[in-house]
Amino acid sequence: MTAGLAHRLSIPALLGVILLGCAETPTTTAQTPAKPAFDAARIAKGAQLSAIGDCRVCHTADGGRDFGGGRALPTPFGTIHSTNITPDDETGIGRYTVDDFRRALHEGVARDGHRLYPVFPYDHFTRVTDDDVDALYAFVMTREPVKARAPRNHVTFPANVRPLLAAWNLLYLDDRRFTPNPAQTPEWNRGAYLVEGLAHCGACHTPRNGAGAEKKDARFAGGDAEGWEAPGLIAASPAPIEWTADALFRYLRDGFDREHGLAAGPMAPVVDGLANVPEADVRAIATYLASLPQGQRAVAASATIAAAAKREFDPVARHAPDRATEAGAHAAEDEDAGELIFAGACATCHFEGVGPPDPKPVPLALSTAVNAKRPRNALRIVVEGLHPRAGEAGAIMPGFAGALTDRQIVAVVEYMRARFSDAPRWSDVAATLSFLDKGNAP
Amino acid sequence: MIELTVNGSRHAIDADGDAPLLYVLRDHLALNGAKFGCGLGQCGACTVIVDGKAIFSCITPISVLAGRAIRTIEGLGTVERPSPLQRAFIDEQAAQCGYCIAGMIMRAQALLDANPSPSDAEIRRHMAPNLCRCGTHVRILRAIRRAAKKPAPAIKPARTRST
Repeated sequence: MTAGLAHRLSIPALLGVILLGCAETPTTTAQTPAKPAFDAARIAKGAQLSAIGDCRVCHTADGGRDFGGGRALPTPFGTIHSTNITPDDETGIGRYTVDDFRRALHEGVARDGHRLYPVFPYDHFTRVTDDDVDALYAFVMTREPVKARAPRNHVTFPANVRPLLAAWNLLYLDDRRFTPNPAQTPEWNRGAYLVEGLAHCGACHTPRNGAGAEKKDARFAGGDAEGWEAPGLIAASPAPIEWTADALFRYLRDGFDREHGLAAGPMAPVVDGLANVPEADVRAIATYLASLPQGQRAVAASATIAAAAKREFDPVARHAPDRATEAGAHAAEDEDAGELIFAGACATCHFEGVGPPDPKPVPLALSTAVNAKRPRNALRIVVEGLHPRAGEAGAIMPGFAGALTDRQIVAVVEYMRARFSDAPRWSDVAATLSFLDKGNAP
Repeated sequence: MIELTVNGSRHAIDADGDAPLLYVLRDHLALNGAKFGCGLGQCGACTVIVDGKAIFSCITPISVLAGRAIRTIEGLGTVERPSPLQRAFIDEQAAQCGYCIAGMIMRAQALLDANPSPSDAEIRRHMAPNLCRCGTHVRILRAIRRAAKKPAPAIKPARTRST
C-alpha cells in the first residue's frame, strides 16, 4: 500500500485527503428507527440478489450463524474479519436506516462514519441501483438477529489508518451507477449489470495493484481468492477449451462442466448461491461473460477433446523403466515416482476405463487447475481433496495430505502437469506447497 | 522389494509399487482388519494410520510408504486385551454389521492420539469421511466420547431454520 500510494500522492496532498476523509463522513445521529415493515415480494427479491452477491459467503464464519460475520479474510495488508450484517442493534446493522445501508454499499462508509475496507467490494456495489440496494436492505433486515462481534482485524500500517481509505477511494473508486449499453440486448445488459455490480466477479478474478485495487487494464486476467488462484476468465482462462455461454451457464448453475471442471475452493459457495437464483440471471451472466473478447485458441474444441482422450492414463500401457542396473533403478525411481503415485493413488478414478466413479471426473488434460499458470489450485485439491457440502450430493475426492509426503505430492503434481498439459512445467511446485503448508494465503 | 513397517514390525514386500496398501495388508501380511469397501477412498472402511494420520489404504500405493510408520487395528489390542478405544466401542455396542468399524476405530484413534480431549464438533468433523451403512454413527460418536472421557453433549431443541 505504501508504495502504491506514495507514487501517486505527495505527503501534503495525502494529509489533505485524510482530513477530508475525516471530515466528510459524519455519524448519522438519528435515533434508531422503528423496524420498518417489508413486503414479502421485496424480501424475496433481496434474497435472490443476496445470493448473486454472495453476501452469505463472506459474512458467515465457518460454523457460524448465517450473516453473523466474523469470517477471517486474508489480504496482503493483514487479516480482516467480515462484519455482522444481521439486524442486531448492538453487534449487527440493526440501527441502519435504508440511507445508512445505501451509503455503506455505494460509498463504503459504515453508519458510525468509519470507512470500510475495500475487501468489502463496494467498488462494485457502486454499480447497483438504489432499488436493488433497497431490496437487499429488506432482505438483511428481516434475517434473524445474531449477537456476534467480529474479532479484531490485524492490519498493518498504513492500511490500518482507515481515513486513508478516502484517498484510496479518490484514486480507485468509480462511483457511477451502471448504465446500460443500448446497442446490446437486455439479457447482455442484465449480465453486465450483475457481473460488474453485485456479483463482483472481478474482486477475485482481476489482479490487484500494490494498493489492493483492481487493475483496470487487466480485467479478468486472474487474481487471488483466499489462498486459491482465481483463474483468468474467457481470453485469460487457462482452460484448453474456450468458454461458451452454454458452458458458462452449466458451470455456474451446476458447479460442473464436463469440458472444464468443477467449481472448487471459494468458487464452490458461489455456484451454490447461483443454483437458487432465477435461471435467466445465470444465463445473462453467462451471455455477458462469453461476449468478452475470446482470444485465440489454436485448436478446435473437438480436436482438444480427442487429444485429451489420447492422453488418458492407461494403466496397462505404462512404460516399464529399465531397472537392470542399480543406478538405472534409482534414476527410474525418482523419475517415475510421480507416475507410480499417480497409478496407485489417482488412476483408480482418473482414467476413462469401465467402472466407478460415475460420472467420471473431468479428463485432467481439460482441467483448468492442471493447465493453470500456477500450481496452487492443483496442489490444494491434491492436499485437501474436494468435499460436497454437508448433507448435499456432489463430487468427492479424498485429500492426500496424510497419505503422501510433501515430496510425493510435489512429484505427482509435477507428473500430472507434464503428462496432461502442453503448458510449460511449473518450476515452483515445492515452494508453493511449503508456502501453503505454513497456512499462508497471500 | 519395498520395506514396510507395520505395527512396529518390518516386512519386505514383493509387490508392484502401485499396489494399494490395503491389498498388501490383507493378501501379503494377513492383516484382515482393514476392509475393502469402495476402493475409491470414499467410504473409510480401509482406514489405517500412517505417521499419525488416518489415511485410506485402498488408494495409497505402497511406493509412498517406505520408512513410514503404518498402524492397523491389529496394532491396537487383542480380543483378550482390547485397547481403551476398542473397549469403548464394545461397551457402547457401536458395531452393527461391523464392516466399517475397524476403519472407524483407526480414524478415531488418530484423532485421540493428536487430541486426547476433542470437542463434539471436532469429533464429528474428524469422523466425517467414514461411512456406516447400518447407521450406527450415534453409537460410534458415543464410543469415541467415552474413550475421550467426555460426557455426552446436552440435547438441544431443534433450531428452526431461517432462510
